[in-house]
Amino acid sequence: MNPAWTILSAFAGVLLVLLLPSRFAGLARVIALAASIVGVVAAAAGCLQRLTHPEAKVWDLNLPWVPELGIHFHLSANGISLTLLLLTGLVAVAGVLFSWNVSHRPRAFFAWFLTIIGGVYGVFLSRDVFLLFVCYEVVILPKYMLIAIWGSTNKEYGAMKLTMYSIGGSALILIGLVVAYAAAGATSFDLDFLASVTYSSSLQAWAFPVLFLGFAVLAGMWPFHTWAPTGHVAAPTAASMLLAGVVMKLGAYGALCVAMPLFPQGFEQWKWAIALLAVVGIVYGALTALAQKDLKFVIGYSSVSHMGFVLLGLAVANQWGLRGAILQMISHGIIAGLLFGIAGRVVYERTHTRDLTELQAFDLWKSLPGAAIAFTLATAASMGLPGFSGFVAEISVVIGLWRAFPWLTLAVAIGIIITGAFSLRAMHRAFFPVRKPSDTPAQILPSLTWSEISAISLLLVVSLAIGIYPKPWVVLIDDGLRSSLFHSILSLP
Amino acid sequence: MILLLLILVPFLGAALLGVWSGADRRNAGRFALLWSLLPLACVAWVGGRSGGVMEEWKLEWIPDAGMDLCFTVDGISWLFLILTCLVVSFSLAASLSSERANRAYFSLILILEGALFGVFTARHFIPWFLCWELTLIPSYLLIRLWGGSGAPRAALRFFIMTLGGSAFMLVGFLSLQLSVGTMDFTKLGNLAALHQLAPALSKTFPVAGMAPQTLLVIVALAVFLGLAVKLPVVPFHAWLPAAYAEAPTPVTMLLTGLLSKMGVYGLLRIFLPVFAEVLPSLAPLLTALAVATVLLGAVAALAQTDLKRMIAYSSVNHLGYCALAIAAVAAAQTDRGAVSAALSGTVLQAINHGIIASSLFFGIHILESRGDGPRGLRDFGGLRVQMPVFCGVSGIAVFASLGLPGLSGFIGEFLIFKGTFTLTPWAAVISVIGLLLTAVFLLRMIRLVFHGPLAARLAKWPDLGTGERALFGLAIALIVIPGLWPQALLQFSNTGILQLLDLLRPIP
Repeated sequence: MNPAWTILSAFAGVLLVLLLPSRFAGLARVIALAASIVGVVAAAAGCLQRLTHPEAKVWDLNLPWVPELGIHFHLSANGISLTLLLLTGLVAVAGVLFSWNVSHRPRAFFAWFLTIIGGVYGVFLSRDVFLLFVCYEVVILPKYMLIAIWGSTNKEYGAMKLTMYSIGGSALILIGLVVAYAAAGATSFDLDFLASVTYSSSLQAWAFPVLFLGFAVLAGMWPFHTWAPTGHVAAPTAASMLLAGVVMKLGAYGALCVAMPLFPQGFEQWKWAIALLAVVGIVYGALTALAQKDLKFVIGYSSVSHMGFVLLGLAVANQWGLRGAILQMISHGIIAGLLFGIAGRVVYERTHTRDLTELQAFDLWKSLPGAAIAFTLATAASMGLPGFSGFVAEISVVIGLWRAFPWLTLAVAIGIIITGAFSLRAMHRAFFPVRKPSDTPAQILPSLTWSEISAISLLLVVSLAIGIYPKPWVVLIDDGLRSSLFHSILSLP
Repeated sequence: MILLLLILVPFLGAALLGVWSGADRRNAGRFALLWSLLPLACVAWVGGRSGGVMEEWKLEWIPDAGMDLCFTVDGISWLFLILTCLVVSFSLAASLSSERANRAYFSLILILEGALFGVFTARHFIPWFLCWELTLIPSYLLIRLWGGSGAPRAALRFFIMTLGGSAFMLVGFLSLQLSVGTMDFTKLGNLAALHQLAPALSKTFPVAGMAPQTLLVIVALAVFLGLAVKLPVVPFHAWLPAAYAEAPTPVTMLLTGLLSKMGVYGLLRIFLPVFAEVLPSLAPLLTALAVATVLLGAVAALAQTDLKRMIAYSSVNHLGYCALAIAAVAAAQTDRGAVSAALSGTVLQAINHGIIASSLFFGIHILESRGDGPRGLRDFGGLRVQMPVFCGVSGIAVFASLGLPGLSGFIGEFLIFKGTFTLTPWAAVISVIGLLLTAVFLLRMIRLVFHGPLAARLAKWPDLGTGERALFGLAIALIVIPGLWPQALLQFSNTGILQLLDLLRPIP
């Protein structure tokens, strides 16, 4: 089973869902689940193949598309792409399971959902920057639709803001890519070819920040992060999971695999600025999360803080830093998916509030113990406690950081402490309120359904598996980092 | 492989309890208790093996970085493992009669047990820290959700202080990883014995005008902070009285019997060998803190009116002797015999205190189960007439805590003082005051609680039932046997102590 099945399964799912007669609209979720499972299996098979045959040639598919312009349908899957495909597949399966109760226009919902998934798979597999950009754009419109139609709280505003930021970012990316294409002789959009060209340092000095910023907007880099919390909060649960879980990773992936290899000298010149903004994002995101009243806003700002670690790892740009950045992408994808799933689906669908004060009246620990336990574990994972994936990722970034910018470690340590504080605060207020015996007893809430339990366990088990035994993931990531794309970055002083 | 099983068995039990939705309170408790006998059997079986390393298991964690999941059982680890098994089973048995304990409660205790197994066997910082932090979540939830009215505050304080301490510890070990490329305790200990840590550290973190030793001292202090919070060493004990008093009493048995031992174990097995190069410069500070812990624990216990808080402070005092021994070893490593005595005393004191303190808290649990009401020293009175058997057996535990020769509490303190009188005479002399104060407050407790006129509300309280007698009987046996035959414990710790001595050999 080759990795192209991931893209195929997603778009085949879209087609099937759209062809479904309206009498059978309820089957849309089953098709979506099947399509996501095929994607996960294909990604997992690819990972296993790579792990068992590390010397084998990387899977590669290169078909001419618009040969006159040097545009090819070029897909390739190294270790980094494969792990990210697996992450996408896992979040997709969990997202469908958490959307099992969507009854408003289910066919359209799952069609948009699978379109995003297919676009994300496409970005992670593309080896041609034009194709990559097309897939990147495919993701934007469905996001708007999902939020504007199925969203909650301020959905039009959130959806529009998010789309505006995304399109703005895309415009910058397009400028950066076209500049590189033109400067390299306007013969090919192939990523490896463009990366092998050495651009003049004056070009790199301005083209790098343009291209990097375009991607970094989607990765939630401070101060261009404001779309993230509002968008995440407005989105329906599955869309929040996708947005925070995988779409933000597209930005980081683009920054790592396109912006940095294309303009290594520009990166060298600007990396201190990236590191600084990343650290500000870590601390600022955590502080803002500390002040939120809405549970989903807490998670939204925590995403900004966690994505700061990814950007920081990129800025550090040594083996530990890049490894940590990718591990953090995977880890945050899973944990953010989990947190949004619990807050947005499990809790909100039952209590119809996400306000930390109003939630106290429900005494969730007594009325919904399953959700309380799951959220406690997810909080522990989000805080980066050892044993969960976040720890491995953050410790790798910190080790890398220490070698590159030792003094920034202090600020990061402060960020980690504040993360502990806001996570505990939100968990306490929402799930373990202090109640007097005189308070009215909480009403009984329906217990967790099978789809919720399976989605929660899936994500928790993966986070624990990475945290306890990260070796296979690290082996895959190291395999990807050996690609010729990263030679120029990893050989920087 | 058996070691991996040992660590996983409690987690498996917790998972089974988690999915067994039909279990009521009693069945869940019985299942957890029976399940906790599995690791006990496992540890007992490993105990039959002799030699340095009884069991080992290893797995690569992050490739090319010298980070492994590495677990080893040797004699010292084995003693802490068996203590863990015993106290956990003891606490589970005590919880059976509790009205509020449910499935979640019992599975959290089993998770705690698994994490403790990891802490007492890991030989690499990564798995050790993983398990160290893992103990935090179940113990926090146990205090928070099943504790008294002040539990939320107490649990939060416990959590924050411990987490803060571990953050420093993590930074300390990360700096070692960056400078020598390993966090394996054995390798770090060997490097320290060759005096290579300080130079490597100062090469990686060049700070102008700072001696290499100073840098290592800073790292050592960061690690010490994390361990000191757990032990706890004054002034990092602020979380302890409230947490011990607010936690349900069977959980307090775990807190004092096991969690505090993580600190002792860490100081003995990790802190001493890894920071051997700078121990002499740390010694004055360590000694001062240890003496303060011994004295403050005793004085504060003397001032308490609540039974639980009094025993809590007496724990601070008793573990202070362990800190004292470690400080003495840090101060002077010239006299091999004295160092060996102090180290053996530390191990014995930790193990025996675990049994004695959990027996004392079990006694309090029995009093609580007889009737609600205040727990003050003056709220009982004349219990001897009403509950003669209870007073007899808990009297033995109190005397063991007081250090009466022939009972297990004596032997550890004796060895510690034997060692410290040679190594740091002044600190030892001052700390003797702690021993005297212990006698004062424990005897006062016996007088006020057991003797005097019978308080009216106690008139209907029944004496110990069969199950309670059996449990208390077992605990007393575990107090009397090592008291009369300390060799039973020393034969396990000796090899490990000798290895430690080799790593700590005097600086030429």
